[in-house]
Amino acid sequence: MIHIKELHKSFGKNKVLSGIDLDIETNGIFAVLGPNGSGKTTLIKSILGMVLPQKGTITVNGAPIKKNWKYREQIDYLPQIANFPGNLKVRELIRMIKDLRRKPSEEQRLITLFQLEPFMDKRLSTLSGGTKQKVNIVLTFMFDCPLIVLDEPTTGLDPASLIHLKGLIREEKEKGKTILITSHIMQFVAEVANTIVYILEGKIYFKGSIPELKEQTRQNDLEHAIAAIANAKNHA
Amino acid sequence: MLKILKYSFFDLIRSRWSYVYFLFYLLLGFVLLFLNNDVSKAVITLMNIIIVLVPLIGTIFGVMYYYNSKEFTELLLAQPIRRTSIFLGQYFGVAGSLTMSLVLGLGIPFVMYGLFKSDAIFDFSLLLVTGAFLTLIFTALSFNIALSNENKIKGFGYAVLLWLFLAVIYDGLFLMSLIIFKEYPLDTFSLAATMINPIDLSRILILLELDISALLGYTGAVFKKFFGTQTGLIISIVMLVIWTAIPLWWLTYKAKRKDF
Repeated sequence: MIHIKELHKSFGKNKVLSGIDLDIETNGIFAVLGPNGSGKTTLIKSILGMVLPQKGTITVNGAPIKKNWKYREQIDYLPQIANFPGNLKVRELIRMIKDLRRKPSEEQRLITLFQLEPFMDKRLSTLSGGTKQKVNIVLTFMFDCPLIVLDEPTTGLDPASLIHLKGLIREEKEKGKTILITSHIMQFVAEVANTIVYILEGKIYFKGSIPELKEQTRQNDLEHAIAAIANAKNHA
Repeated sequence: MLKILKYSFFDLIRSRWSYVYFLFYLLLGFVLLFLNNDVSKAVITLMNIIIVLVPLIGTIFGVMYYYNSKEFTELLLAQPIRRTSIFLGQYFGVAGSLTMSLVLGLGIPFVMYGLFKSDAIFDFSLLLVTGAFLTLIFTALSFNIALSNENKIKGFGYAVLLWLFLAVIYDGLFLMSLIIFKEYPLDTFSLAATMINPIDLSRILILLELDISALLGYTGAVFKKFFGTQTGLIISIVMLVIWTAIPLWWLTYKAKRKDF
């Protein structure tokens, strides 16, 4: 699916990614973790072609992504901050994204699931943060793409919606899709992820399953294991 | 690109500010016509307002729209769309809706007053064409400024400074250099100096068409002597097109190389 080779990116003097090598071949859920500012979002945005790396190559489904935009037809992306043109109504926004992608979509089921019907004719500027995030989720999951990228999907969601979101993620996984998630909520990661990719100081520090991580750090739960990696690096 | 344009345009024509802008021109048109009682005179007054106001509004709207739609732009960037289509679509959405406010806002009162029966119809259309060009030019410049400045306050500051420079300070500097170097032949200099400021260029374009020698001023006179009215018109329109094309080309160049 995704092959990343020797990826380097710095913003001015600030080196964010320094030689990332990552191969994501199989289906399943990959959690990209790391402390704040470790380069998770930069990595994800590089895959989407929003950030242009200085060095290195990325291929998605065999196609190099440089100067290419067609490959994004294969990707559903949920951005971190959900902010939309304020004058548009929710219904119009959904119609617009559908119009842009021209693919079959199943937004109606998701709208019912997240109980968004009363908001369909409201302008986006009047919605609360959590409701915007739900709209964001609908926009992401309504298409059927083999690769799904979720940047902090849990932000602002109430417990009921969080359960629905987890359900959706599991459903997509069962369809044999590859899902990349970043999150700081370890409980959520532990529940959904198969593989942990831990980024520290711009490099892949650990890649493996949750049991492997716990074994390596000799911790019983994921949260402590993750904290242990960060600490081990500090002491070294 | 057309889809992005369509949605940006519809988003904007429903915003309150587009209506305020439209109503302002509507009111201005009616007031001027009923005070002047003459289409030609109203066109001259309008020119003085349009030449300063249109660039200002284009600049401010451009910067504002770019910063306000930043997150949405990011959403679009993750969709299977070419980068240049996104930015050009948004640009033409802003410039298009501003131009529409201008054309309809001024057009309605003039048509109601009997524009089609008067002989000022060509002058008036030229005024609107110039207004449209100024909108295109200054929206493109402001998009460029916003694209290269992450900091909103800085972006706003630079954009307003650019407007202030081209609309006010430039003329002052120009006039001062004419006084200081009055011993020398200044024809070529003043021609060039006019060409590189789209606001001055538009003013001369309209004045050439209106043929009011009293208002032409020094540069206008040189311009007229040099090119004659017909050639002068064509050259100034070509310059306005170049003024639109260069910032637009630079916008796409920058947009392709930016990180979001």
